[in-house]
Amino acid sequence: MATATAEPRSLPATEGDGHKHKKNALSDGQGRLAWMLLAPTLIVIFVVAGIPVAMSIRESFFQTNSGVDPTTGLIAAGDKFVGLQNFTDIFKGQNPVTGSYGTMDRFWNAFLNTTFITIVCVILETIIGVAMALIMAKAFRGRGVVRAGILVPWAIPTIVSALMWKLIFDANGVMNKIIGKQILWLADSGASFWAIVIADTWKTAAFIGLLTLAGLGTIPAEVYEAAKVDGATTWQQFVRITLPMVKPTLVVAVLFRTLDTLRMFDLPYGMIGAGKYRVETLSVFSYQEAAQSRYGPAAAYAIILFIYVLVVAYLFVRILGADVIGDADVAKKKKKKKGDEEPAGPPATALEMAGGAH
Amino acid sequence: MSATTAEVREQRLSQEEVEKLAHPKRPMRQRVGVVFSYIGMGLIVLYCIIPFYWMIVSSLRQPSEGLSTELIPSPASIENYKSVFSPVNNFGRSLINSVIVAGTTTILTLVLGIIGAYALARLRFTGKGAVLWLVMACSMFPLVVLLPPLLKMFSSTEPFTWFPYWVNTYQAVILPSLSFALPLAVWNLTAFFRQLPVELEQAAMVDGCTPGVAFRKVILPLAAPGIFTTAIIVFIGAWNEFLIALTFLQDKNMQTATVAISKFTGTTGFETPYGTIMAAGVLVTVPLLLAVLIFQRRIVAGLTAGGVK
Repeated sequence: MATATAEPRSLPATEGDGHKHKKNALSDGQGRLAWMLLAPTLIVIFVVAGIPVAMSIRESFFQTNSGVDPTTGLIAAGDKFVGLQNFTDIFKGQNPVTGSYGTMDRFWNAFLNTTFITIVCVILETIIGVAMALIMAKAFRGRGVVRAGILVPWAIPTIVSALMWKLIFDANGVMNKIIGKQILWLADSGASFWAIVIADTWKTAAFIGLLTLAGLGTIPAEVYEAAKVDGATTWQQFVRITLPMVKPTLVVAVLFRTLDTLRMFDLPYGMIGAGKYRVETLSVFSYQEAAQSRYGPAAAYAIILFIYVLVVAYLFVRILGADVIGDADVAKKKKKKKGDEEPAGPPATALEMAGGAH
Repeated sequence: MSATTAEVREQRLSQEEVEKLAHPKRPMRQRVGVVFSYIGMGLIVLYCIIPFYWMIVSSLRQPSEGLSTELIPSPASIENYKSVFSPVNNFGRSLINSVIVAGTTTILTLVLGIIGAYALARLRFTGKGAVLWLVMACSMFPLVVLLPPLLKMFSSTEPFTWFPYWVNTYQAVILPSLSFALPLAVWNLTAFFRQLPVELEQAAMVDGCTPGVAFRKVILPLAAPGIFTTAIIVFIGAWNEFLIALTFLQDKNMQTATVAISKFTGTTGFETPYGTIMAAGVLVTVPLLLAVLIFQRRIVAGLTAGGVK
């Protein structure tokens, strides 16, 4: 978003490289038409996302009154303005809980849970996904069967998969029988963390594999042949050819998985339950606060989560060069701003956006 | 000079290559590779299928054996499926609710998304980058940001007493669902429209079509596969949606299937009725799986085409 505002607004008459662009019967003077066509979408986005977000920001500066107002002695109702108190309260440790990282404020506990679940899940998913893609790329036949199999975890509703894993991880369930130990996966223990990680990885690793496979398909075979002639080992080929060439696709896939995992709700809520501090994510925490009518803090935590997500997305775009927009017109403008730069990678696909397991 | 050395090197290389090709070890290695790739693919499929298999198996046990760990239910029973539709659980109604919510969301999303995506893919205008970023940012909202204000609004509490009471209505779920479905659709459709050569419309316009007619008669039919794919993916997303429905649908008769499953109490008592839950889970998932398996080639090929140039 920051990039969008920072972009120089070039006049419609001049293209990025400074030349007057060619007359184009199809696209000249159609700005008004474009805005007309986009209007319904933008209005809906404004109504269902813009207004609630603005209201949420306002909400985060208020607290619901409870009990008697100390100044007037009357029973207070409604909201009172508290400024940044909902945000500063997270540093005061008024609500200490004991999670996997010692005793700390419930917010920071949820924050750390969210962060570590995301890091572990995304790393595992990427490794398994890339491995899957490499295996599938080698396959001569039966790729269709594998692809169908891979879509199974994706199509299962997250809440259903959460309940499915709840059954598998039950104290008397099949997982404990297989490993021959009595682990209380669902009892808010350290194992709950790994139960979440396993369930999430199961649902989405194959998905990264699918996208990586599509990226692998674009690498010309000649590159590998040339490398073989030069005596490159398989590992060298993988590190020097496969990874760099599949990177644009992979980075965007990983970005979207990261954003989805940061917002995870269904899985911990359905599998372990609400109010379990070892696996309470920011989404679950915020939901719990709202469910108890503590709207102000709930909004504050949700907004912090939103900012967190935006920062992570921004870092991905900046550091790893994830090209999420992929529009030629927009890319040209950017290039002009940053001077010479790598050619734009592929844009994010809807599949990546749809991969969500919140 | 340099030309001749280059020639010599080239010759030597090709000789080495010939030797390598003639080496008997290579086909052997390749064969081993093929075997390994099949083993790998088998492992992938098992990895994806086994937990789902467990769900199906558990749904086919007798209700009292919900936690049994036998690989094959003995004796198999469809009691769980019967109890899913018992009046206590009222799951049939939930399925209908899900169809209504997901169907309406999909249709609304497609109508809006198609027009918007066409503008983004075809027309050149100032602020396109901003719009694309806005749509992208919209898909990054945590849903929990939207929920507290919307809950206040839909339950017409202060300061929204003027707002109609929308808790337990379909629109209370459909509208917020658009916030994640619409960016998805716009993104996907924009990629599809971009793939269609602009010359097609230009040809139609040379033949006397207005841009609108060219879009309707030329582009829409050609983009039909893309639109169809988008419809499936949006539908699956809306069908699987849980958090919004959980927040706004508290009445048992209005709950969608995902919420209903999470609230199953079962007919047997205090124990978690795993068998019933798994049976309901299978019922919710199977239609999606059928659609995904039938259209898998289209879903995968169509969508990744947008991502890999």
